[in-house]
Amino acid sequence: MSVIVYTESEKGKFKKAAFEVVSYAKAVADQMGTSVTAVTINAENVESLGNYGASKVLSVNNANLDTFNAKQYASVIEQATKQDGGNVVIVSSSADSKYLAPLLAVGLEAGYVPNVVEAPSSVSPFTVKRTAFTNKAFANTEISTDVKLVGLSNNSFGLVESGGSTSVEEFTPSIPDSGVSVESVDKATDKVSIADAEIVVSGGRGLKGPENWALVEDLAEVLGAATACSKPVSDLGWRSHSEHVGQTGKPVASNLYIAIGISGAIQHLAGINSSKVKVVINTDPEAPFFKAADYGIVGDAFEVIPKLTEKLKAFKAQNA
Amino acid sequence: MKILVCISHVPDTTSKINFTDGDTKFDTNGVQFVINPNDEFGLTRAMWFKEKQGASVDVVNVGGPETEPTLRKALAIGADAAIRVNTEATDGFAVAKQLAKVVNDGAYDLVIAGRESIDYNGGMVPGMLASLIEANFVANCIGLEIEGTRAKVVREIDGGKETVSTSLPLVIGGQKGLVEESDLRIPNMRGIMMARKKPLNVIEPLDPSAETNATSFEKPAPKGAVKLVDADNVDELVSLLHNEAKVI
Ligand SMILES: Cc1cc2nc3c(=O)[nH]c(=O)nc-3n(C[C@H](O)[C@H](O)[C@H](O)COP(=O)(O)OP(=O)(O)OC[C@H]3O[C@@H](n4cnc5c(N)ncnc54)[C@H](O)[C@@H]3O)c2cc1C
Repeated sequence: MSVIVYTESEKGKFKKAAFEVVSYAKAVADQMGTSVTAVTINAENVESLGNYGASKVLSVNNANLDTFNAKQYASVIEQATKQDGGNVVIVSSSADSKYLAPLLAVGLEAGYVPNVVEAPSSVSPFTVKRTAFTNKAFANTEISTDVKLVGLSNNSFGLVESGGSTSVEEFTPSIPDSGVSVESVDKATDKVSIADAEIVVSGGRGLKGPENWALVEDLAEVLGAATACSKPVSDLGWRSHSEHVGQTGKPVASNLYIAIGISGAIQHLAGINSSKVKVVINTDPEAPFFKAADYGIVGDAFEVIPKLTEKLKAFKAQNA
Repeated sequence: MKILVCISHVPDTTSKINFTDGDTKFDTNGVQFVINPNDEFGLTRAMWFKEKQGASVDVVNVGGPETEPTLRKALAIGADAAIRVNTEATDGFAVAKQLAKVVNDGAYDLVIAGRESIDYNGGMVPGMLASLIEANFVANCIGLEIEGTRAKVVREIDGGKETVSTSLPLVIGGQKGLVEESDLRIPNMRGIMMARKKPLNVIEPLDPSAETNATSFEKPAPKGAVKLVDADNVDELVSLLHNEAKVI
């Protein structure tokens, strides 16, 4: 018996979500009276997972796994789970983990619950709370299979350092045919992605046109934030589709979400509601976003945002 | 090429979400149902393959009789035939198993599903289906070209996109980008008339066992009132974010 956790890395370095899923796995393992085994693929410094509660690492190092492939990665995790006798498997909510999880679920004949936001309310029956209806509600969901697969919502559990140590074992699974091969990747390496960001700065139609996006970008830069936008902004081609957030775009679960010139339509709010703190800047005091926000400024973005960016620069310089 | 488009029947995005029976069931009272937006992008892309490459396009839904208007709408948009697997869609795994049988029986080459449905947002049905029928699978698709049995697919990744090559049989989880918002079709009168005559086959389900079960629902706790900061005093916002919210 063990709790298996897949810890994602990029170019050898763990993503922040990796430490979060291990922290979560440790909480689950404590509830079940068992221990955490982490599975790593071409990651460095795997001992660091001990600090978050992994007592064992199955470390896979194989040049054929340098590029992510959902089927191959799912197969690796499946083999590791079977070898370790894992009965709960935890993955994150990154695009890659959400891609491989359904394949893993079939391989393990595991009931799979994604978008989970808390430690299990009970481990027998195994019951977790997940978001449903795009964050408009939660569903308490029981998993009845022998092996259970849980997808943890990013940024929902946080990092918990337990300060333990870990034993590392090399693990050499067999690698199936890929079926799908990557031809090219188009990724801005100097920018934080919406999925990984702790702060997201988002612009709406209130910004009038793409030529005004320096406002959003400058503010995002000071904060080390990712940039996002409302649906019409991407439909109009002002910004790329990859920045579209909301019910039909990307979900946002950041610590801080700053909405500039966004009215706060129900579909927009649904997608960003899991962000912890929301700030709105809008000329219209009746804009629905003010009902969903924690902090707000009724004002013209073209005046307020440059001032805010300056003040934050000064703040950062002072607190650096 | 035989294409199957999976159509999820979901509450309209503006729906108020409520629950009944002691918070154990979704309250469909007064709720409008629509084709899941992600599936609509896929269906529209399928129409392109039909018109430009001579593909046949069937649509499928796992659900009760109440989902038929949604399937008829897909027929009105241009699908050739519809299939309804007559069982309640309980969990993703159970739905994927039903769909696997439909795909195997119909020998489809390409299955276009949505990235996720906007009701349960599981995003698991397409991947599970692919795995069950041993087809290739690409998630979060924002571009799809087919030539013969080869497929070129663009997938959205965290922070960008990647182009992959693969082959049929293939299952994709699609979303906006497969076609643009402006390409979506509103059924016209002729389409609606024709849809009435197109086949909508109801088939009985396999043993519908579910691996997961939503035992109760909750709504988020109501939010406190917004704290307003004067536009001439943005310093205060910085200090609130630092001292009170502790997010910077
Ligand atoms: C099926 C469906 C799915 C959808 N999915 C999504 C989704 O995923 N994401 C999404 O975002 N939307 C979605 N929408 C669209 C949604 O309903 C809204 O139309 C959209 O969110 C509005 O975008 P907006 O707030 O940028 O624009 P608007 O609603 O036009 O709001 C602009 C705001 O800017 C303010 N403003 C104007 N000038 C200034 C200024 N100088 N300074 C400050 N503020 C200013 C205005 O007061 C206004 O509140 C969906 C709609 C449908 C039907």
